[in-house]
Amino acid sequence: MDAITFAVQLLNGVQYGLVLFLVASGLTLVFGILGVINLAHGAFYMLGAYLAWAIASQTGSFTLALIGALAISFLMGILLEEIFVKRMIGRDHLAQVLLSFGLILVIDELRQIAFGKDVHAVAPPSWLAGSIQLTDVLSYPVYRLALCVACLGLAAAIFYVIQKTRLGMVIRAGAENRDMTRALGVPFDLVNRYVFAGGIALAALAGILVAPISTVFPGMGDGMLILSFVVVVLGGIGSVPGAAIGALLLGLTDTFGKVFFPQVSSILIYVLMAGVLLWRPNGLLGKA
Amino acid sequence: MTRSPANSGALCAVLLALSVALPFVAPGYYVQFASKALLMAMLALSLNLVVGFGGLVSLCHAAFFGLAGYVLGFLTPEGSGASIWIALPAALLAVGSVAAVIGALSLRTRGIYFIMVTLAFGEMLFYLFHDTKIGGGSDGLYIYFKPEFTLGALTLIDLEDATAFYYIALVALVGAALLVRALVRSPFGHALVAARENERRALSLGFPVFRIRLTAFVISAMIAAVAGFFSAAQFGFVAPQMLGWHLSASVLVMVVLGGMSSILGPIVGAIALLGLEEVLKSSVEHWKLLKGLIVIALVFALPGGLQQLAAMLAPRRTGDGRDSDVPTQAPARVKEAITHV
Repeated sequence: MDAITFAVQLLNGVQYGLVLFLVASGLTLVFGILGVINLAHGAFYMLGAYLAWAIASQTGSFTLALIGALAISFLMGILLEEIFVKRMIGRDHLAQVLLSFGLILVIDELRQIAFGKDVHAVAPPSWLAGSIQLTDVLSYPVYRLALCVACLGLAAAIFYVIQKTRLGMVIRAGAENRDMTRALGVPFDLVNRYVFAGGIALAALAGILVAPISTVFPGMGDGMLILSFVVVVLGGIGSVPGAAIGALLLGLTDTFGKVFFPQVSSILIYVLMAGVLLWRPNGLLGKA
Repeated sequence: MTRSPANSGALCAVLLALSVALPFVAPGYYVQFASKALLMAMLALSLNLVVGFGGLVSLCHAAFFGLAGYVLGFLTPEGSGASIWIALPAALLAVGSVAAVIGALSLRTRGIYFIMVTLAFGEMLFYLFHDTKIGGGSDGLYIYFKPEFTLGALTLIDLEDATAFYYIALVALVGAALLVRALVRSPFGHALVAARENERRALSLGFPVFRIRLTAFVISAMIAAVAGFFSAAQFGFVAPQMLGWHLSASVLVMVVLGGMSSILGPIVGAIALLGLEEVLKSSVEHWKLLKGLIVIALVFALPGGLQQLAAMLAPRRTGDGRDSDVPTQAPARVKEAITHV
């Protein structure tokens, strides 16, 4: 492999990892703060992409699609928290698994009623179309590059909110000790609601942003759900830095696996997961 | 819950008599549907060994189910059926080994991690068959001939005959139920339940918790394999979807629907859910929407499953108000798991 191909694959791997991070950070936050396992997380990734496609194909504007799909997903998150998730806090994991499985069936069927089961493509905004010459010989699609930058910005924003703001402090305290935080008078119901809706919005955002470089298809959420579970297992539950490390590790493993070991690439990430589990059963940054 | 062992025994006898009589009274289509339901009940029964008695929520049992089907597919020659004496042990061996590896890795983790890790390893097997050329990729594999149940030149049972196949499925299910019952009532089963209730105490009492759980996991996977083996034989087809986590989750719904703390529960749950799906499929276009809503309703309104419903409908026999309780209180569950199976 020459340096150019290597550089392109490296960029692809990092970009894939960043997208994975968006999905997995929402998943791990919701679990870390609310203590709720949400199998329907991937369904919102798919829904984000479908909503973006629907709005973009009606209006012709990717920007409108981005804003609209994101807003709808966030509101759905609020609504779901109010109706279902609130009642699942403190219930056993089995009940949470079943509830989110039920939600997946409902969301998937509603999606099919609303948007059908066809595969769709979304055009990137015109000002991000085409490729850019990075060096004399290396050109790279502008949209992919913009996606990297956007995801990096979002990752930085997530870290800033969690590490530096008052909201982040409450979130961290809640992940550390729910009862104590509640006893100190933190309006936890409110925090829970926005953490859940925010997590859903992050999954949907990843789906929206990926739509122009991938296709929009019914099963896309399933694959993403499993991958973000692997990321969370790699990084450690509730740890956002862990999710970042896990996502990059997985993105690079998958991308380079496809190049070097195409025959076994689909199971390579699970080999990685098995290795990490043998070494650290609670994930790289997980608490024992 | 209120059901006494005697009641449970009577219910078993009635169900068994009904299932033995079924091929004599029902049209062929229903016999085939019943065979399918019996095999799914067996899958639910196997899952309940780890979920209900072990407290380990596994989301990869469909992978064991489907893998056994693939083994049958690989061992079925071009122009005839595979010998059941070779294909079934091969499927058990293959699934048992895979389950031992997955179990050994997953059981290093606890609770929520266990759910995610089993889900991920199950999907690994799904993608192994979906993305590679093994077993026809995403198109799946046809099994044109059912396995041959012969002794020398003598055909013991002709599995191509739907009624004979139905009885084989029934015998397999009853055998699996008796096996699980014996396991749960043995010291091994008591230790498994003890580890579910309080792992630290079980460890300090000297139980080899990891080994007990791993053994339960592997046995459970092998029961799932028998169900998958015969299911693949019945459909004449095996595809990656049979290994996917949607099936695992559906089986989990069956277990919870029927009630986790008994042997009979998952069997009743499987038959109830499949029957319901069959009715919905034939009458509603978007039946999955309804199935999803039913699952959600189950979680909120009936966490104890149909057993809870039965207990609510049955006249109260004791005045302590426990009748309608959700059967999740730990001490009650231990007692039930040990005595009321």
